[in-house]
Amino acid sequence: MKSLAELKAIRDKMQGQVGLRAESEAGTRVIVGMATCGIASGARPVLNTLSDAVMTKNLKDISVVQTGCIGLCQYEPIVEVLEPGKEKVTYIKMNPEKALEVVEKHLIGGTPIYDYTLQKAMK
Amino acid sequence: MMTEISLNVLDITENSVKAGASLIKISVEADTAKDSLVIRIEDNGCGMTPEQLSKVTDPFFTTRTTRKVGLGVPFFKQSAEMTGGSFDISSTPGVGTSICAAYVLSSIDRMPLGDMVSTMHQLIVMHHQCDFLYTYTYNLKSFTLDTREFRETLGDVPFDVPEVSLFIRDFLKENTDEVNSGQDLI
Repeated sequence: MKSLAELKAIRDKMQGQVGLRAESEAGTRVIVGMATCGIASGARPVLNTLSDAVMTKNLKDISVVQTGCIGLCQYEPIVEVLEPGKEKVTYIKMNPEKALEVVEKHLIGGTPIYDYTLQKAMK
Repeated sequence: MMTEISLNVLDITENSVKAGASLIKISVEADTAKDSLVIRIEDNGCGMTPEQLSKVTDPFFTTRTTRKVGLGVPFFKQSAEMTGGSFDISSTPGVGTSICAAYVLSSIDRMPLGDMVSTMHQLIVMHHQCDFLYTYTYNLKSFTLDTREFRETLGDVPFDVPEVSLFIRDFLKENTDEVNSGQDLI
């Protein structure tokens, strides 16, 4: 069973390394809509998948954050990717599988997946 | 409607976070002998005025400007009342808000409790500014997670580093399984 002693061991190991993942204004922000509309449409596993992937793949300068309703409830779960100096990419109707694909192809590979974007749906 | 009660808990607790709460207490108490499942969410956020409180269960009232409906609280209320249970909300400006949703456990209309581990894990890891006191009780057996204890032990190590995040998830999962004897509360 997990105990506070185990947590203390983690602290002892991590001390001196903290601050490495401090949110940077200059970094990429991945924003997940977590209002009632997003949650009801499946945003919880999408957010979990994105934050786990960014942590486990140790992607520096990328922060996963959440926001409220942006007024496009019919397209939830929505994930926005804001990269410095680039146009915002809005992914719609996301699920954990699509989210992992976005991590691999967009966040790591640098190429947005047009098929999942709001831009494509609006065409 | 949400598909599981734990999603209502996540949604409603996000309101507490937005209300600027520094401490949010969440309890899930299931008792098969009493045939009841009671969810309580209590925060020390900014609270609501009597006028806001009187409208909060109206699906066509919201303080948001991005849309004209506010379904979070009405969904939660309806999910409890449709089982023959009850729903109460009280709030005091400057003090905080308390919500209690009581379900009839065996009602065919009760949605599953669902994945409380994911809900609590996400709330704790995504909201560094808030402390959470979570109690899960099943037939008088219970466990408590208090992030203030975690914070004290961790010092300046945040909750969102991989090792700590994984610890919190495992802590929730192991203790929930222990209290449930491995039987998910469906």
